[in-house]
Amino acid sequence: MELMTNPQAWIDFIRQPWHWAVSGVAISAILFVMTWMGRSFGMSTAFKSFCNIAGAGKKYEFFNFDLKNEYWRLAFAAGTVGGGFIAATFLASPEAPAISEATIAHLQNDWGMSYPQGHGLLPDVFNFGNIKGVLLAIVGGFLVGFGARYGDGCTSGHAISGLSHLQLPSLITVIGFFIGGLTMTWLILPLFFS
Amino acid sequence: MKLLRFLIAGIFFGIIMSKSEAISWFRIHEMFRFESFHMYGIIGVAVIMGIIIIAFMKKTKVKTLRDTFVSYTPMKLNLKRHLIAGSIFGMGWALMGACPGPMFVMLGHGFWIFLLVLFSATMGTYTYGAIRHKLPH
Repeated sequence: MELMTNPQAWIDFIRQPWHWAVSGVAISAILFVMTWMGRSFGMSTAFKSFCNIAGAGKKYEFFNFDLKNEYWRLAFAAGTVGGGFIAATFLASPEAPAISEATIAHLQNDWGMSYPQGHGLLPDVFNFGNIKGVLLAIVGGFLVGFGARYGDGCTSGHAISGLSHLQLPSLITVIGFFIGGLTMTWLILPLFFS
Repeated sequence: MKLLRFLIAGIFFGIIMSKSEAISWFRIHEMFRFESFHMYGIIGVAVIMGIIIIAFMKKTKVKTLRDTFVSYTPMKLNLKRHLIAGSIFGMGWALMGACPGPMFVMLGHGFWIFLLVLFSATMGTYTYGAIRHKLPH
């Protein structure tokens, strides 16, 4: 009842950590809204637009398209930055994400990484003052940008949108996400962090 | 005005990504270590709901705001391409703990390193555009 009349109660209500089912439903609501607005739900194509803006269309046909048709996606991407700012400023949970005890123990014992750090969102190593973090950020971003375009979609385009449309190529791509993700997590990351 | 609704949708998506904790490097790490159900629950519910929503929109032949029907242009199935591309993407995802959406959201959280990550992702996309004729499709 209090929610009806008190704006602060609303904010407190949203601020608490969300159950995964609530988050899942909320993401599907975004899929619905984007589909209803006649557009696909895909983030990574924004990088292709950045290339176009930088003039890559003159060099490669792949980046030669009318940017006007992609304005909606750039507006959506700009919105996500704003949404992140709003969430961090007004809606942040009082505590860091409650990740599992097993993960906390692994980070501490294997890699000497205390938890939480970076508000439970990002390891401290990823900052401009740490050369290792900077190099890993460059490599990580590059792999995501390359892989997403080669596979023609990322988590939003394939795992959410493509699977919702029952697309087999999307399922195979998602399996690929896990092959790469497991390789990185279990075999490659330990080389840098342990 | 049309762009405004996409901006607003983006704001909601940014908040949802934040509150779902899917933007957390630690959540992604935990997911790839199979030590929590959290991320699987989020993606699982989103996909099941998505399948129902899309099927319903197709069945009821709902018109979108662009006066089109809900459809999807199928991609040509190429096992090799999708597995390789997916694996490359997955390695970056597990390394940075962020896929493209969260990269933008994390910037909004004030993690400036993601300026570099977004730039680097753009360079990755550019590299793909430059060498795509050499790759299996």
